Amino acid sequence: MRVLAIIYAALLYGFIFLPVAVLILFSFQATSFPIPPFTGPSLRWYGAVLSDGRLTAGLVNSVLVALASSAAAVLLGFRSAWGLAHFRLPGAAWLRGLITIPLTVSYLIIGMGLLIMFNAIGLPKSLWAAGVGHVVINLPLCFAIIYSQMGDHQLTIERAARDLGAAEWQVLLLITAPMLWPALFAAFFLSMTFSWDEFVISWLLTRFDTTLPVEIWNLMRSGLNPKTNAVGALVFGVSIMLAILFELIALRRRPA
Amino acid sequence: MKALLQVHDVSHRFGASSVLNHVSLAVAPGSYTVLLGPSGSGKTTLLSILGGFLLPSDGRIVIRGEDCTAVPPAKRPTATVFQDYALFPHMSVGGNVGFGLRMRGMGRIERDERAKAALEQVGLPGAFARKPHELSGGQRQRVALARALVVEPAVLLLDEPLGALDLKLRRQMQDELKAIQKRAGTAFIHVTHDQEEAMALADHCVVMNAGRIEDEGPPERVYARPATRFTAGFMGESTMIAGTVTKRGTIETVLGTFAALHKTSAGARVTLAIRPEHVGLARTRGNLGKGLVTDVVFQGSFKRVLARSAAGDGFAIIAKLAADSAVRPGDMVSFACDPAHLIVLTE
Repeated sequence: MRVLAIIYAALLYGFIFLPVAVLILFSFQATSFPIPPFTGPSLRWYGAVLSDGRLTAGLVNSVLVALASSAAAVLLGFRSAWGLAHFRLPGAAWLRGLITIPLTVSYLIIGMGLLIMFNAIGLPKSLWAAGVGHVVINLPLCFAIIYSQMGDHQLTIERAARDLGAAEWQVLLLITAPMLWPALFAAFFLSMTFSWDEFVISWLLTRFDTTLPVEIWNLMRSGLNPKTNAVGALVFGVSIMLAILFELIALRRRPA
Repeated sequence: MKALLQVHDVSHRFGASSVLNHVSLAVAPGSYTVLLGPSGSGKTTLLSILGGFLLPSDGRIVIRGEDCTAVPPAKRPTATVFQDYALFPHMSVGGNVGFGLRMRGMGRIERDERAKAALEQVGLPGAFARKPHELSGGQRQRVALARALVVEPAVLLLDEPLGALDLKLRRQMQDELKAIQKRAGTAFIHVTHDQEEAMALADHCVVMNAGRIEDEGPPERVYARPATRFTAGFMGESTMIAGTVTKRGTIETVLGTFAALHKTSAGARVTLAIRPEHVGLARTRGNLGKGLVTDVVFQGSFKRVLARSAAGDGFAIIAKLAADSAVRPGDMVSFACDPAHLIVLTE
């Protein structure tokens, strides 16, 4: 049984990670085609990626969009979670549902909707537009993560701070935010991960300056070469790092 | 003596349901007031109104002669100890205790000094640098107390402060709470549903039920001479006998005539209540008549005896007898009480 279980686990993880492992392996290929036999290891194609102006510009753009859109999503998610936790609103359950519903809508639909709307109001395709798209997809997630950490206990503690003379901004700055920081950071890093990987919305909403996934797609249109593997490996590495940060923070969360 | 805090005719409604009905109360400086009542009696609502967390639908709160009804918690001279302590989990114990002083703009050095003194006052001198989650329930309770006392409030409000502790710790903290209150000289208003806790702590015991004050006064008086039937029942069990007031100012019951202190006019239906510790066995014919013992519970220092009266409709007799008393279930015995301890309750 035990042997079977190990084989099953190996197959399962192999199924998930083999494509990525192959991609990373051939990013170290020394010759011009990412096909066996493996001729590396060589950093030739990583050098090529870093000296490619469009790819590095895409990389910088991706980082900027991820940082800005995640910060905006966390801030907006925090404010809406705070509002829904602190006030009894008519139809609060509906409002909560309405905020989280974009999680179930496909990125393609969201992207097209934004494209049509931006056209209508005359906002040109740009990194800003893509950033707004990323806020739309990440806000529900940030809201859900942060709202789940705001219980009655949190409210009583804030009440205690007010009772001891704290003004509203002091409560927010000295009590609420520090108590919620694991949730805030977890939400931030998860948003970063999603924004960093996101293709469809960026592709629909950007034109000249664009994000890294769109640049990779442009690159792949001219055929496979180990450069795509190298840049893919870099993207994967950053994603994994963000995911690990998220896990570390989410799992280290203090018991309430 | 002039009252430190006055509640003038306060009423409160949540939507259509009324939780407080025309409550008035005065709290003397340096006193320990306990608001006692079952859940839903409005005691916690009243405390929230005193703390400024709730604006009453009607009435006024006056503290030190100033109308505080609409003054927010941060600006009123009260401090609250919350039921679950509500310590700031991300701050050290010292940071917690010093928080109120920090909000008042006091510098770090003086603040830390005052926080340490406050921790000493509640018996936690070494806890300054520790985090709340490293402390036991009783210790957290003390930190919450120190945090509220250090800002020197005119009135300290405590919402079921011992509710989260186990029984043994509760009785121990109860004694300390009283000692701390006497030392600090601050007026405490304490909400609880535990009448033993209320009797042990209160200088002034306020019994609440269904949004009204049923009875208030020194706990000894409230227990021994409760003003209402509800108070009598809530403060402890009793033997209850129905009766009618006769013209001579005595009370006629199935057991005969009792002479008892009361102000009720002739003809009124009343209930006579006798606390279990005032019921004893009679050698011959006792004034409470004969009863069939149904249950005897040994409780260490005494025996709790339940019996059914042989007279009338067979009311229940509850007695606290000596631990070596030989009564057994099934015995038919005579009960008696000192008429001085009779409680007269009107309907």
